[in-house]
Amino acid sequence: MELARKFKIMFSTIPMLGWFLGTLVAVVIEYYWGYDYISYYLGLPKIPVLFGTLIMLKEPIMIPGAIGYDLIVYAIPILLVAKASAFLTNPLAAMLEKLPLWFSVLVHLVFFYAILHLWAGINDYRVLVVKLTLISIILTVSINVINGYQGEFSCSHPGFMALGAYTSSIITLIFFVNDKIFGAALLPPALGPWLFPFALLAGGFAASLGSLLVAIPSFRTRGDYLAIISLAFMFIIKSAIENLHFIGGARGMGGQPDYAPLPIIFIWTMLCLWIVHNFVTSILGKALNTVRDDEAASESMTIKTRKTKMSAFMFGAFWAGVAGGLFAHVITYINPGMFSINRLAEILAMVYFGGLNSIVGSIVGAVSINILGEALRPLELFKWIIIPLILIFVMIFRPYGLISFTEINAKSLLRARHKSDPDNRNQNSENQTNEGRTNEDQVNKELGV
Amino acid sequence: MESLIETFQFILQNLINAAQRGSFYAVISIGYSMVYGVLMLFNFAHGDIFMVGTYIGFGIATVFIALFAGFLPSPVIFLATVVVTMFLASWIGVFVEVAGYRPLRQAPRASAAITGLMIGIIFETGILILLGAKRLSFPPLMESIAYNVWGVYFTNVKVMIIVISLFLMLALHTFIQKTKWGMAMRAMSYDVLAVPLMGVSINVIAPLTFAVGAGLAAVAGILYGQAYPILDPYMGVIIGWKAFVAAILGGRGSIKGAALAGYLLGFIEIFVATIFPSTLRDLIAYSIILIILTFRPRGFFGMEHSTKLRL
Repeated sequence: MELARKFKIMFSTIPMLGWFLGTLVAVVIEYYWGYDYISYYLGLPKIPVLFGTLIMLKEPIMIPGAIGYDLIVYAIPILLVAKASAFLTNPLAAMLEKLPLWFSVLVHLVFFYAILHLWAGINDYRVLVVKLTLISIILTVSINVINGYQGEFSCSHPGFMALGAYTSSIITLIFFVNDKIFGAALLPPALGPWLFPFALLAGGFAASLGSLLVAIPSFRTRGDYLAIISLAFMFIIKSAIENLHFIGGARGMGGQPDYAPLPIIFIWTMLCLWIVHNFVTSILGKALNTVRDDEAASESMTIKTRKTKMSAFMFGAFWAGVAGGLFAHVITYINPGMFSINRLAEILAMVYFGGLNSIVGSIVGAVSINILGEALRPLELFKWIIIPLILIFVMIFRPYGLISFTEINAKSLLRARHKSDPDNRNQNSENQTNEGRTNEDQVNKELGV
Repeated sequence: MESLIETFQFILQNLINAAQRGSFYAVISIGYSMVYGVLMLFNFAHGDIFMVGTYIGFGIATVFIALFAGFLPSPVIFLATVVVTMFLASWIGVFVEVAGYRPLRQAPRASAAITGLMIGIIFETGILILLGAKRLSFPPLMESIAYNVWGVYFTNVKVMIIVISLFLMLALHTFIQKTKWGMAMRAMSYDVLAVPLMGVSINVIAPLTFAVGAGLAAVAGILYGQAYPILDPYMGVIIGWKAFVAAILGGRGSIKGAALAGYLLGFIEIFVATIFPSTLRDLIAYSIILIILTFRPRGFFGMEHSTKLRL
């Protein structure tokens, strides 16, 4: 315990920028020497893709090698560089602090993307994992608007996702691809990547139109009945698609062009986080919370409850549709079976694991469930015993999820951390002590330390 | 005249099929409703309890047939299978209550729902790991004899399924209305705060409710295995969700409503499948449910609850 405290104090003076720099160095080391030297001398057959978890579970004999690799490539460079560069990154962070917040956030995001790109660039598997994780973040944040901020128990998210996925796929297949179903491309395929955002938006709008079917019954009913209505909606969408033979029916629809590389998905995810954050902190977003806590009271405070519920559903469904569109163009094949109970269980697991009413919680939930799912892949079936058990324990000990009803402050996350930090801390913003802890968890999760 | 009789036969034939299918939904959805009545929570693992019950029934039936087939008449074996399976499966229900729902009694409703879903996934995976992915087939517990009355075909298995389901519901009704335990359950669903003060512990009544629901589901599983002999670890998902829908449609906590809605769901499914292409079955069934719930949000016999519930 004492050691951990010393450790924490020692590294508490490093700003976010410093951690990013350290991670960048680690990723560059992996990129240039990971295969040729480090994994070769440690006796590993190739670079461990997910911090060695896969290879550790598959071949226990490789455990020392994989741990050594993690230490040499990630832990030691990150800690060393972050600590050593603190004298440089702290003034830089202080400089950025004086500039507008959006600029500072943008710089950090570009930095973060560079790390992500280099890390994922090692092989295709990592790219896919990162892409699906980012899409899961969009899904989780968007269901949090309905289930967390608005407080319904909506089970229709896979349905919204299917609407978005099918709409955007149909648009791209009609306009940009010579396809068996829809014939020759109507527009030159070169335009495709540029007009792809419009296909995604169309998918999102289709999903929000569909969400009206759930939103309108929600005026009169709540809780379990709404859960059933949304569940029925999900089954209706699934079996409607199964019966529409011109879009492939139960066989599914393939051949979507690969318009969703990593940078595009990253931009959409960040856009989603930013817009959802603005939405839930706006007056309308605050109204969601009041309607959740007491509908009659908020009605008497001149909040239009119907409009509020409708906007929450349409907004959440919109982003689910966008996520569905991205998903369709990452996998390049969709079928109705993908958007069923299993997907629902996964989405609900992510949002309730991470935490209700919190964007950070959603990110944590989506990232941890995804990474856990991938890391435990070699266990095959036992994975589906371990993940549910973890979720049950989370539900028992933290019923609202890991990080719920709290939000981190971008400003305090990115600030410079000088020696006198413990004194500054309480002055910088309220709730700092509580938030500081969650920040570090979050950062550690994101950086994979 | 000729065509009228044919139409009549057609309807009667489908009524029998629908009553059979509705029986499964009704018996399973009663389990959902009972738990809701006591705990105000849905037991989302109930579909998978049904599945586990079916597998237990499969094991017991196989053992009993191997041991006693020579010298005991088949109805005795059948009865023994049902009783033993009910007993064993009710412990599954107790386990789910103690492990999954008791720690979460004060937690938000959604957390309990997630826990139930996750216990369901653990059951499915556990069965897959234990028995492998191969599909087992339920041994027939009685010889199937086909009858033809006025052009309507049915087998004794079908009649038995319908009769046993009705008998179970009647037995449950008696249990809840006439016995002390049933009275405690009714009281609990009337006022969950006052009853523990009268010396009736919720830690006794809740497991009992889960156990009765699980026992019923296991019998439904045995009957299901007689009608559709192929066992599959994911059968509980399909049947369970539909029974859950029936429980909601009947009205939360209303056992009568759940049974009625279960039969209604069976009728909708069978008649849709005979009139329209069978791929449209789910689409139309769920659309009808959506419409009913939009205009009657409390279901058929639901109590008037306030719209404000715990999250």
